[in-house]
Amino acid sequence: MAEKNLNNSKEEKNKIKWADNLLNKKDTKTNKTEKTLTFLTWASIFIIWYIITKLKLFSPTLLPSPLRVWRSFLFILENGYNNVPIWIHLGTSLKRLFVALFFAIFTAVPLGLLSGYFSKVEAVIDSVIEFYRPLPPLAYYTLLVLWFGIDDLSKQVLLFLAAFAPIYIACVSAVRKLNKDFVLSAESLGANQKDIFLKIVLPASMPEIFTGIRTAFGVAYTTLVSAEMVAATSGIGWMVLDASNFLKSEVIFVGIIIMGITGVIIDAGLRYLEKKIIFWKGKV
Amino acid sequence: MNTKSKNEVLIKIKDMSVVYGKENQSLIALKDINLEIKRGEFICVLGPSGCGKSTLLKTIAGYLKPTSGECLMQGKKITGPDWHRGVIFQSPTLYPWMSVKDNVEFGPKMRGLPNKKIKKIRKYFLEEVNLSGIEDQYTFELSGGMKQRVALARVLANYPQVVLMDEPFGALDALTRDNMQNLIRNIWMENKTTIFFITHDVDEALSLGTRVIVLSKQPGVILKKFDIDFTKRILKNNSKNVVYQDDYFKVKNEILDIIHNQIE
Ligand SMILES: Nc1ncnc2c1ncn2[C@@H]1O[C@H](COP(=O)(O)OP(=O)(O)OP(=O)(O)O)[C@@H](O)[C@H]1O
Ligand SMILES: [Mg+2]
Repeated sequence: MAEKNLNNSKEEKNKIKWADNLLNKKDTKTNKTEKTLTFLTWASIFIIWYIITKLKLFSPTLLPSPLRVWRSFLFILENGYNNVPIWIHLGTSLKRLFVALFFAIFTAVPLGLLSGYFSKVEAVIDSVIEFYRPLPPLAYYTLLVLWFGIDDLSKQVLLFLAAFAPIYIACVSAVRKLNKDFVLSAESLGANQKDIFLKIVLPASMPEIFTGIRTAFGVAYTTLVSAEMVAATSGIGWMVLDASNFLKSEVIFVGIIIMGITGVIIDAGLRYLEKKIIFWKGKV
Repeated sequence: MNTKSKNEVLIKIKDMSVVYGKENQSLIALKDINLEIKRGEFICVLGPSGCGKSTLLKTIAGYLKPTSGECLMQGKKITGPDWHRGVIFQSPTLYPWMSVKDNVEFGPKMRGLPNKKIKKIRKYFLEEVNLSGIEDQYTFELSGGMKQRVALARVLANYPQVVLMDEPFGALDALTRDNMQNLIRNIWMENKTTIFFITHDVDEALSLGTRVIVLSKQPGVILKKFDIDFTKRILKNNSKNVVYQDDYFKVKNEILDIIHNQIE
């Protein structure tokens, strides 16, 4: 089986494309210097923070020292905030996020793929999405609170709407970019429309769908925190808002750091899933 | 079984023309094509680039409708793609999310054959294309030649009446190409397949086909049909290459003349 593709320009092109993909990807930080640089960035942020507070340039109520934030973090870990454990605050927020994302994925993916496939479906859905997508979610949040109350439901609906658009749009564009020969070859192999949709169109669109989901997660996460700051009685965003009312700046810091780290962890999880599920990405 | 007789006409194309575009922007890709594909034939189509070879294949496959005239399969009008006419594209359209095994089993599975039979078919055809033992690999792990062989096995697994191939070896290097030509010739002989094969390589056409069709450039018209038997001679001599004889060069030169006249 000694087959070498000599001078195979098409394959060369694919290789170059693949290399490009690799270069553009953030998750290939195998390079040691890059890792060191990332580490140094964070070290300097902490050092500058420390020096500024040590020199007492600002009052500690405005900018608490790293040590105070750390102590406050330990205190909140142990005693919670407002007698509610921190896990409950975080859990409430994450529950809102994931319930919304779950429903968004399971509605936006089929609707988006169908829209890309059948122009009639697109004619029904597309303009509505185009209308509400550019609106800042908080603009219609007040209305949702009026309709669904201040608790979880209004937030879940809000996040659902925020997450729906990016996933839907990614799906439509995925079908548009679909290699038509995949569909034609499947038809010539005896597949019916349903099989083609489930076994060809859906998997072929997976890479773009995943990118859409990651974008949706980002949008939903920021929307969540803002929504909790506008109207809520629990959740990590509410904790930060409540702390600011009492000028407890170290709690604000703790809240922000927890939000940041949670976001990074969830995104890393999504990227891990993406690699597992779409193992063929960029290798076609 | 007189329908399976040797001279049964599988595909019949009658006064067919294909026009792309509308009115003032239209382009006549094929004009007044008349062609019969009989069971067991190995038809090779030659012609300059852009003369409508792929267009002809697409209408037989059912991807395109003739603008006028008809395209029949076993007396019935071809209305769309179906598994009786297997298609092999120039660049293999293997599904990267499926393993080699799932790719080859795709057709039989779609047609709802029993699992046992599917497995048997897959084993047989992977063996036919000399690729046993790579069932669990993914298609992006294979070389260009191996990919095209998996694509071949995938199409053959449906036992199609005709296999339509559009420059299937165009992207392969010379050595791999030679191997693939021998492979397809043997498969054609062993399985009594009917093959419609597009190529731009005169030697490839002459060493594989039982009939060569030369198309002209715009509008695509069939200029000449040649009945040849070099591929049978190769099989009879059990050799791997054409024994170059005078009659071979005579046909080759005639074809080259026709094509060159077209390009000038
Ligand atoms: N979808 C299309 N729309 C409009 N014109 C087309 C379309 N497909 C092909 N053509 C035109 O029809 C003519 C025949 O095209 P076709 O692809 O059949 O040529 P070909 O013989 O297969 O060429 P090649 O050897 O380069 O593959 C060309 O002039 C081409 O530009
Ligand atoms: Mg072509």
